[in-house]
Amino acid sequence: MDIHEYQAKEILNSFGVTIPRGGIVYSPETAENKAREIGGSKWVVKAQIHSGARGKAGGVIVCNTPLEVAQATDKLLGKKLVTNQTGPEGKIVNRIYIEEATDIEKELYLGLVFDRASESIMVVASTEGGMSVEEIAKEKPETIIRSKIEVAVGIQSFQARELAFGLGIEPELIRRASETIIGCAKAFSELDATMVEVNPLVISKQKQILALDCKMSFDNNAMFRRDKVSELRDKTQEDEKEVYASDRGLNYVSLEGNIGNIINGAGLAMASMDMIKLAGGEPANFLDVGGGATPEKIVKAFRLITMDKKVKVILVNIFAGINRCDWVAEGIVQALEKIEVKVPLVIRLAGTNVEKGNKILRDSKLNYIEANTLEDAANKAVAALKK
Amino acid sequence: MAVIIEKNTKILIQGFTGKMGTFHAEEMIKYGSNVVGGVTPGKGGQKHLDRPVFNTVKDAVKHTGATASILFVPPAFAADSAMEAADAGIKTCVAIVDGIPSHDMIRIKRYMRRYSKDEKMTLVGPNCAGIISPGKSMLGIMPGHIYKEGRVGIISRSGTLGYEAAEQMKNLGIGISTSVGIGGDPINGSSFRDIIEKFETDDETDAILMIGEIGGPQEVAAGEFAKENMKKPVIGYIAGLTAPKGRVMGHAGAIVSAYGESAIEKVEILKECGVTISKNPSVMGDTVKSVLERM
Repeated sequence: MDIHEYQAKEILNSFGVTIPRGGIVYSPETAENKAREIGGSKWVVKAQIHSGARGKAGGVIVCNTPLEVAQATDKLLGKKLVTNQTGPEGKIVNRIYIEEATDIEKELYLGLVFDRASESIMVVASTEGGMSVEEIAKEKPETIIRSKIEVAVGIQSFQARELAFGLGIEPELIRRASETIIGCAKAFSELDATMVEVNPLVISKQKQILALDCKMSFDNNAMFRRDKVSELRDKTQEDEKEVYASDRGLNYVSLEGNIGNIINGAGLAMASMDMIKLAGGEPANFLDVGGGATPEKIVKAFRLITMDKKVKVILVNIFAGINRCDWVAEGIVQALEKIEVKVPLVIRLAGTNVEKGNKILRDSKLNYIEANTLEDAANKAVAALKK
Repeated sequence: MAVIIEKNTKILIQGFTGKMGTFHAEEMIKYGSNVVGGVTPGKGGQKHLDRPVFNTVKDAVKHTGATASILFVPPAFAADSAMEAADAGIKTCVAIVDGIPSHDMIRIKRYMRRYSKDEKMTLVGPNCAGIISPGKSMLGIMPGHIYKEGRVGIISRSGTLGYEAAEQMKNLGIGISTSVGIGGDPINGSSFRDIIEKFETDDETDAILMIGEIGGPQEVAAGEFAKENMKKPVIGYIAGLTAPKGRVMGHAGAIVSAYGESAIEKVEILKECGVTISKNPSVMGDTVKSVLERM
């Protein structure tokens, strides 16, 4: 789960990370007043969307008067911002963060992630703040320094100090820098985060260490014990169909193609998408209804796929194990009594009682194309598209 | 003997009396697995499925001599249950549950460092189908009858894609020594490398099919291990050729976030390691067959 920049800043601030003065507004009317309240003589108006690279997309505007702040807020609110991370449809701006402008002396990079190879939390830092970590890794890999956190004891002061000195921070600021790094690490561990990124972490001309832009992501599997974090979810930043799916216990990812698919199991779903591609088609989605493929889930899956206007063919591929193919077939027949499917439908069943399952489908009034293997199913789906 | 579990391996069900635990315990018993009892705190002393229920894993181990367990407890309590099993002397623990927080998985793995190599439990999963040695024992939730007895080992992150492979192989007359589902989470108990190493020394396994997917470094680590240390042929398939970067594809661990984690990159690296690649998921069985014929 992702959250907004201002939310990440509030969280990190509560863990001892210093942030520039700022405030959130939802309308241009309140923006001018908010700027005065924040004080200073220069402000940055920042569109809050779940994406980085907002500056390049015009989502960050520097203003010199409270009136300009109001105008910039008016300009950004309700707009869809397209960045290199949002996809072509972009993301809607519903909230604006107004922040006092910072006199930047130096920009640094600070990030924390799960390192899957060492199965620990890794702190990554670089003197090249402002660039994405991918760009740093590609262009200035020698500037990257890392430190592995032992989760049993948490980050140690010496680790934070080593990182701070490694970033070339001057001695009188080392303590503040260390506290910043430790704060980020504590937030990561205590809130079930999967990513914390402060980019840039800046040293201001006034010798303050400030988190200028922050990003945090959290483990969806841990939200049951993170009430406060889960309240920060903003569904307007997610794909509408993906929200529909996650609210109904389906694993769904919206894609660009036109062959919709309904599969049980994530691995089989990815494999089926690959087969569609190899057969010359493009999948419209990833959809895993769960290993069990219960009739209820199948009904929900058909509802979801038929919502997607770009879908021209639907491919169903279910490997029934303990839940037998005959049950699955009955589930499909029941689903299609409730939901009208106007596009060609290819169904491939495999596993337990496959003959019985196929017989149920054949004996029903269903208009569909039967397939036997994964390859057969993908070929038939692509062929149906061309008709 | 088979890897990890044997015909008579004594099995405990953790979360025995719940709906999932009951259903799958029955399936395992039907398959012939030696289920000796289960654990549900507070229900100790009762009988369930004609087998004793215990309050703690330690009690259960003491009274039954169990060496393996399978977890059917909710995600919030799964880490605790896995550590309880490790501490009670269980040697093999399968965590079926989907949804254990990653921070908990890291804690489990750190906790298990307190045991010496000989004492240490093998944790398989979470978010997996479990282990089956066809004709011997099933410590999992897979449909047992799709696995033919034989001499090929399977390791798979995905459950249903592993079933798909087992069925393709059965249709070609190829049997399986043991199939291990290592699960779809970013941090898991046993890696491809951990299991592939066990298969290399298993005298009932001639070749290994490794079914991977996008995300994480594990397939590559196993490929490199195979290149350096293995004599048995390894066949591989990687799902997720069409998966977009940075998106989680169903499995929490199926996300491309670094170099070497996409399907194409993994396939290239595995090929360099001498792994025979199944070019698509429909020919996993055929690819295994062609490798066996060359042996």
